Amino acid sequence: MSYEPVIGLEVHVQMSTDSKIFCTCSNKFGSEPNTNVCPVCLGMPGVLPVLNEKVVEYTVKAGLALNCQIRKKSVFARKNYFYPDLPKAYQISQYELPICEHGYIDIELEDGTQKRIGITRIHIEEDAGKLNHEAGCSLVDLNRTGTPLMEIVSEPDLRSAEEAKAYLMKLKTILEYIEVSDCNMEEGSMRCDANVSIRPDSNAPFGTRAEIKNVNSFRNVERAIKYEQKRQEKVLNEGGKIVQETRLFNADTGITASMRGKEDAHDYRYFPDPDLVPIVLEDKFIDDLKEWMPELPDAKRARFMSEYGLSGMDADFLVSAKAYGQYFEQAVKAHNNPKAVCNWIMGELMRRLNDKQCTIFEAGISPENLAEIVKLIDEGKISGNIAKQVFDETAETGKNPSEIVAEKGLVQNSNEDELEAIVKQVLDANPAETERFKGGEVKLQGFFMGQIMKASKGKANPAVVAPLLKKLTS
Amino acid sequence: MLGKTLKELSEALNKKEFSSAELTQFYLDRIRKYDDDICAFNYINENVINQAKAVDEKRAKGDTLPVYAGIPMALKDLIIQKDMPATCSSKILEGFVPPFQGTAAQLLEDAGFLCLGKLSMDEFAMGSSNETAYRKKTRNPWDTSRVPGGSSGGSAASVAAGLTTFALGSDTGGSIRQPASLCGITGLKPTYGRVSRFGLIAFASSLDQIGPMTSNISDNAAILSVIGKYDKKDSTSLNVAQEDYTKYLTGDVKGMKIGVPKEYFAEGIASDVRECVNNAIKAYEGMGCEIVEISMPHTEYAVATYYIIATAEASSNLGRYDGIRFGFRAEADNLKEMFYESRSQGFGDEVKRRIMLGTYVLSAGYYDAYYIKAQKVRTLIKQDFVNAFEKVDAIICPTSPTTAFKAGEKMSDPLQMYLSDINTISLNLYGGCGLSMPCGFGADGMPVGVQLLGKYFDEGRLYNLAYAFEQQAKLPVMPEKLK
Ligand SMILES: [Zn+2]
Repeated sequence: MSYEPVIGLEVHVQMSTDSKIFCTCSNKFGSEPNTNVCPVCLGMPGVLPVLNEKVVEYTVKAGLALNCQIRKKSVFARKNYFYPDLPKAYQISQYELPICEHGYIDIELEDGTQKRIGITRIHIEEDAGKLNHEAGCSLVDLNRTGTPLMEIVSEPDLRSAEEAKAYLMKLKTILEYIEVSDCNMEEGSMRCDANVSIRPDSNAPFGTRAEIKNVNSFRNVERAIKYEQKRQEKVLNEGGKIVQETRLFNADTGITASMRGKEDAHDYRYFPDPDLVPIVLEDKFIDDLKEWMPELPDAKRARFMSEYGLSGMDADFLVSAKAYGQYFEQAVKAHNNPKAVCNWIMGELMRRLNDKQCTIFEAGISPENLAEIVKLIDEGKISGNIAKQVFDETAETGKNPSEIVAEKGLVQNSNEDELEAIVKQVLDANPAETERFKGGEVKLQGFFMGQIMKASKGKANPAVVAPLLKKLTS
Repeated sequence: MLGKTLKELSEALNKKEFSSAELTQFYLDRIRKYDDDICAFNYINENVINQAKAVDEKRAKGDTLPVYAGIPMALKDLIIQKDMPATCSSKILEGFVPPFQGTAAQLLEDAGFLCLGKLSMDEFAMGSSNETAYRKKTRNPWDTSRVPGGSSGGSAASVAAGLTTFALGSDTGGSIRQPASLCGITGLKPTYGRVSRFGLIAFASSLDQIGPMTSNISDNAAILSVIGKYDKKDSTSLNVAQEDYTKYLTGDVKGMKIGVPKEYFAEGIASDVRECVNNAIKAYEGMGCEIVEISMPHTEYAVATYYIIATAEASSNLGRYDGIRFGFRAEADNLKEMFYESRSQGFGDEVKRRIMLGTYVLSAGYYDAYYIKAQKVRTLIKQDFVNAFEKVDAIICPTSPTTAFKAGEKMSDPLQMYLSDINTISLNLYGGCGLSMPCGFGADGMPVGVQLLGKYFDEGRLYNLAYAFEQQAKLPVMPEKLK
């Protein structure tokens, strides 16, 4: 029997504010253990939290970008539990009155259609510390304690592991656009728990769900959900029952294992935090952030398609990171050939980014450089092959593409007389192939073009060579 | 040096009638002489005499000094003073020395005060007799077989015994006013949000407030003028301008309307207490005040409401004492056991009782029936005060139902102990200000306190009323034998 999975995601995103949520400690990742701490985030007796207003700003930005309703008055609550990485024995979070609710994002499915995924709520909370397990002991690092988090909870609208991954990627892109988080799953600045259940068909009521924790990459989200889906199917097909539980994903083995059952679930004893006053937002605050909001991926995609005549696939690529779109538009401004610029970004530039593990603006090729290369091709000054050489030289030396072309004599040869001599020379050197070509073996065209290119050291303009070849062999 | 107000001490120091070192030594000597019996000090700052000498040197050089430079005082042991132990009279905080400064202590330091040490209290401010303290169970200076009240028992006793010029206490359900009443001194619980809670180790965050405990009204007004300041470090601190409360000490109270709530004179109030308070009411009438009988119908629910809200907050606030980062840690084989053992051995019975009660009222399935219900009743109790203050300027009533009781008398019966605060608790639920001052002596010769309750940020009016009574009553403020 086959089943349909029903998936909802709870995503924790660390906000990239300068300081922590309730104290003035640095919010930097990767410092020496227990150096970004103070009496407040250490939870010493006698201290009090003071809300970092940037945290509210960032969360409202996210709420607006994710089409949420913004609650004018929201409240912090304490979530009580004991754990060595939680100094106060409670986490300050939001429970009954979260700051953002009822949003959505649209994701693109593989068949090219769009699907709307509901967002139940976004709330603000503080991160806990970290336990580093070493041989025989666990060491507590409280640098992360008090890092501002937003928890983004989706509706159970996702119906496959692929959809879940697409949702996450889209979420990451949007949050990067509004610059509230770097959303680095490997560094833990974006973490995901998945609620997974299955049901016989799309009209059946939801099945009992398992919550999968500890999923820390986009690939693993897909793997964990697929595994869990199969596991649940197996249980049902064997006549068993799914139990409500929390399961832990193991990235090494690719399986999920039960962590605790429903009966062991914590009673967090939430109640409003009496040390903090409600967050009360004024209309102007929200309006100013709406005003500030940059063009988001969906709008940018539509514009790239209509304004630059790009395909959906090309536009998808360019909006997948904010910097790509910026780079693209800057290059097109310098030389108006959007399709070619886009191809160069997707091809050569991405190859270089992968090799160098750098960002697009650090690759050594400015948008103006790239535009110049495309322009040189368009003007017939260099061939595509030469252009790749010029691209690499530009990146390595920092010189202008035209400079390199001039210096190295790489200008494309379009001189008919000179090229005719080369073509003749190639035909003479290959009498057998020439006869066969004349006899109608058209596939030899490529062979001759290659030989001509070689003889011209890559500088022959193919557009001039092709008619010459035809003329001399007819 | 005893019996001088802070203002007089400041003038005497400026005129070099005596030095700060002499004044400080005077109090250190008294602590040494009397504190074995009274047991008020958890910690004595041995360095204070050097700090006093440093002030004297500056004074000798003609440096500009803050107004109270070189005057010693003491703090309840849940108020953070940087680099001095802060134990809350609990085993679980033994050895904890805060590496940061609390706001109240900083403001006192800025005003020139020196800290003699830290004063005993009921463990984590939970108690009304100072008997839940882990080590120093403070006794009443008027009769050391009796309790000083609590939880600020060490603060009240040290002021009454002249072991310090004044002390700071904290009041969650009467913890300043009740011991002030039992020890015959003046204690003020400021409006919630008047004094910063940054540096106050929390019992119940929505109710706690630091306040001055003094031997006269003038000192009390002077200290609140120093510590009553908006503080960005406390989100519940209210941005209300700092005031000089001594300007209200005029003696003129004519035309003031004072409400007498019948619910505060219920059966449990001892007849001698009732008589003293009635005399105070008559005195106000004589000074031209209008006495109005009022009713605050939800008063009877205050104790129950308070014990739900306060314990709920406490159960969460006290979670951080887990043996990991500071204070007492029990030896154990694994982490979970270490948590259990540290807390089991580190907390006393009353604290455990309240943590369990608070945990219960917040638990799934009980939250609505207890915590939410209590919040609703709290709103009704607040409304009682709002309604009352539409009719009157202040409310007058007994602070404590009885004078100081014998040590051990109520320890076996927590409910009886909780009823000691029956007249003080409602005010904390409302959030306004309240002052207790001596108004006579009971049949047992122990002090009786009268309480004045005021609306939000109306401390000036309470001082005005209290000062007028003090000037007229001229009651002894210290046991004869300690003079
Ligand atoms: Zn910090």
